[in-house]
Amino acid sequence: MLDWILAALVLIGAFFTLVGSIGLYKLPDFYMRLHGPTKATTLGVGAILIASVLYFSFTTEAASLHEILVTMFLFITAPVSAHLMAKAALHIQLKKVERTRIDSSFHQ
Amino acid sequence: MIFREKILPHPTLTLMLWLIWLLLNNTVAAGHIVLGLVLALLIPLFTSSFWPEKVQIKAPLTLFKFLAVVFWDIVIANMVVAKLILGRNKHLKPAFFCIDLDIKNPLGISFLANTISLTPGTVSCDLSTDHQHLLVHALHVEDIPATIKHIKQRYEAPLKEVFTSC
Repeated sequence: MLDWILAALVLIGAFFTLVGSIGLYKLPDFYMRLHGPTKATTLGVGAILIASVLYFSFTTEAASLHEILVTMFLFITAPVSAHLMAKAALHIQLKKVERTRIDSSFHQ
Repeated sequence: MIFREKILPHPTLTLMLWLIWLLLNNTVAAGHIVLGLVLALLIPLFTSSFWPEKVQIKAPLTLFKFLAVVFWDIVIANMVVAKLILGRNKHLKPAFFCIDLDIKNPLGISFLANTISLTPGTVSCDLSTDHQHLLVHALHVEDIPATIKHIKQRYEAPLKEVFTSC
């Protein structure tokens, strides 16, 4: 039973990480490509880490919880790096896809 | 009161450090509990000059509710974005928009910006120097005002409650 749950979690994680990479490859401009890795990885890595917690908690004596830290650090650092890259991209005025709408309140 | 503030300048920070120490060592052995507590008490003392403002969480229950909502949104929105990414590029409607911030606390703003970036489909790109506007890029958005309203109601309102500037 545990094996099935673990397999499902690892597969879900792998799937979302793959989708993130595909997004990085195929989306048309920098700003859109940013969405792939910062997003799909949250659930992707999250699912794999849950699998890790379950596996080590059930196969060894003690509960294994330090994966929570990995999640926490990832959730803190991923948005910050995305923010900085976006900021840098705006600063050097990287091209964006023409159909990108710019809300009227946006003043650069 | 003043004595307590000198010894324990940031109780929230102390608690977090203690918890992180125990998680890092992946143990609840008595020795590590004591060592972690000592470090958690000393580190905020030595670094207190880096934290001019007190970290204050006003409504812990609201914070937990907020975290649960965000977690759920991440799961749901991940599937939505996965569908968007695997679909045709032509159908995507990217947009830049500005959110006028009501929240003033710096920690609250960074929480909000992080939340926006974590929930798939939106990335926070820039914060105006006066901390009044947050620039956000969305991968696919149909109705910009509705999205802004959604973010303000769902994420900013509870954060404002939790982090009120003193």
